[in-house]
Amino acid sequence: MSFVIATTIDEAIAALAAGARPVAGGSDLVVGARHGKAPLPGDLVAIDRIEELRCLEFTDAGACIGAGVNHHTIEHHPVLSTVYTGISDGSALVGSPSTRNVGTLGGNVMNASPAMDTGAPLVVLGAEVELRSASGSRRVGLAELWTGPGRTSARPDELCVAIHVPAPAARSNSAYLRLEYRRSMEIAVVGAAASVTLADDGSVNAVRVALTAVAPTIIEVAGLGGGTVADVAAAAQAAAAEQARPISDVRASDAYRRHTVGVMARRAVEAAARRALGEPVSVPVNRAIGIGAAS
Amino acid sequence: MISYTLNVNGIDYPVAADQGRNLLSVLRTEVGLTGTKEGCDDCECGACMVLLDGQPVNSCSYLAVQAQGRAVTTVEGLQQGDEMHPLQRNILEEGGVQCGFCTPGMLVSACALLERNPSPSEEDVRIGLSGNLCRCTGYAKIVKAVQRTAAELQS
Repeated sequence: MSFVIATTIDEAIAALAAGARPVAGGSDLVVGARHGKAPLPGDLVAIDRIEELRCLEFTDAGACIGAGVNHHTIEHHPVLSTVYTGISDGSALVGSPSTRNVGTLGGNVMNASPAMDTGAPLVVLGAEVELRSASGSRRVGLAELWTGPGRTSARPDELCVAIHVPAPAARSNSAYLRLEYRRSMEIAVVGAAASVTLADDGSVNAVRVALTAVAPTIIEVAGLGGGTVADVAAAAQAAAAEQARPISDVRASDAYRRHTVGVMARRAVEAAARRALGEPVSVPVNRAIGIGAAS
Repeated sequence: MISYTLNVNGIDYPVAADQGRNLLSVLRTEVGLTGTKEGCDDCECGACMVLLDGQPVNSCSYLAVQAQGRAVTTVEGLQQGDEMHPLQRNILEEGGVQCGFCTPGMLVSACALLERNPSPSEEDVRIGLSGNLCRCTGYAKIVKAVQRTAAELQS
């Protein structure tokens, strides 16, 4: 049994190499241990006091979001919430104000839940995670990272230090929304993110759509092309419903999920297109367009 | 079992506890402050809310060892001397307390909200308290108490 508070990435990596597991806010780890999902690791290294993990950098190439940046920061950040908007939509929906204070983007990504709210927007924006160990750094795309519910391809000695998101093209924007039964402390019944790039005439040049809670991992919808916003939104709805592989559980049946994930995909494309046109659609989209429980 | 110090409401408490213990359990049984409540014990209800460096945190799902070196504020830390905090007085006067089990968490969340946003709209208050469940009052009186406190503190 050991507990180490790391203040640098190198200290954290050394502890991981010795067999410790990282804890940031603990909102997945502690709750999961109580449920018997996975016992609390005997050796822990706290990574919530590592300043380097809270970096936020923006260059022409894109955004570098430190793994320790919390959801509250992402929800309210002036650049993230206007340019990388879908990620802010997702962070704004996580848990409650307290969850958003302790929960981090790195924790969300590495916990690898198929219902995570930041996963689909990161996929449609083409994000990669940076994993670091004593033997160096590597960048991994999300499709390669997530191997199943709660499982990743990261080695135990690797620490997720940052999430890199390419700069969106001109006349493009993104959106994430979810079906929810209540507004707070909710887990997505289903969800969808879209990123849309518009041509000068307002039609869609490029679109990416990813789906939440309808497969063992977040999945990207294949086979989408350009066209009018209405046509692309309709195609996204049909393709999402067709490609979803949902299960039935306490929150919804597979048939209900298959139907509603299509609706979410259509609305995500529509919201992203409105933002790409410069229309103000506030974060999170769920509140802006009144999805879910009545306020 | 490991030993560390927790600063709670400005006082340092020595603690010796298993590293897997959550902050709620250590506050109630080691530190001896029972104002913070265990409701769902699953990060859902907010009865266990405390402030960590001024930010609300569900203490049922936060490791106590991770709070060392940080300032923990519980509901017992809200009163100023012998005077109730204006939030405490107003939640009583507005009838926002029935069984009282959610009240410590509500007060702590409301305190953090007003610190961050001194003049919140009703919607801001509802979002700020959205991690706190109350099964008695229907929320209206609690929201009103927070708004009344904001107005008092602004004037």
